[in-house]
Amino acid sequence: MTRNLLNRRQLLITGAAVLSGHTLVRAHNGTVHVTIDKLAFLPAEIQIKAGETVEWTNKDRFAHTATVKGGWDVLIPPGKTATHVATVDDTVDYYCRFHPNMKGRIVISA
Amino acid sequence: MKILVTALGTACLILSASIAGAADKPTDPQIAHIAYSAGVIDVEAAKLALSKTKNADIAAFAQSMQKDHEAVNDMALALVKKLNVTPQDNATSQALAKAAEEKRAELGKLDGAAFDKAYIDNEIAYHSQVNGALETLLIPSAENAELKGLLETGLKLFQGHQQHAEHVAAALQ
Repeated sequence: MTRNLLNRRQLLITGAAVLSGHTLVRAHNGTVHVTIDKLAFLPAEIQIKAGETVEWTNKDRFAHTATVKGGWDVLIPPGKTATHVATVDDTVDYYCRFHPNMKGRIVISA
Repeated sequence: MKILVTALGTACLILSASIAGAADKPTDPQIAHIAYSAGVIDVEAAKLALSKTKNADIAAFAQSMQKDHEAVNDMALALVKKLNVTPQDNATSQALAKAAEEKRAELGKLDGAAFDKAYIDNEIAYHSQVNGALETLLIPSAENAELKGLLETGLKLFQGHQQHAEHVAAALQ
């Protein structure tokens, strides 16, 4: 019992550290998750390696896109997910074509 | 064209005055009615555009307006039902409806590129005006936290629409 409680506490502490102590989100199992909620990309900036996948989950009732000016365009329907496999030249700013006030950034790490 | 823009400007001034002057601080049932009415007006404008335009960018924009405003109005209806609030008609909603009716009549007489330009210019002006009302009057006046939250989401959505309309207008030139 005591051991369980201790383990649980350690888990909580680890969880809190993960939530608080960073600015960039790194890929886990080759996918970086970005949530879209109330017209915002969360987190707004992600770090990813070429060949890994960005997955956007749209929690809004509105269709959004992840669009790179002069580059790729991913449609993310309401309540759905959509993905993009990052390439070496994908250090980019992106925005939503339907709501250009929504902005995000992808940084390709070595 | 110049006459249309001037008329539009005048309509905006009248409307801003009526939003500011109709009631110093609207109640939540009035705010819900104003926000819902503003959405319906833009859905109607989108339907008119879809029935008239042959421009793909204008059609895509209008479709996006119709879907977004219908979705946010569905959210508003669900919220007023949950809060057991009955939206209340008021002078601001009426002024909005009247100005929109006049604008629809004006747009209805235009065709082709003239219609596209007038429609998208009006979308910029209309969203700018509604955003101003949300920021300065409706959001600060809302008492219920959930209503205030939905209005704040609405403001972000409509600010996005205004920028989208500005991009479409720039591409028309």
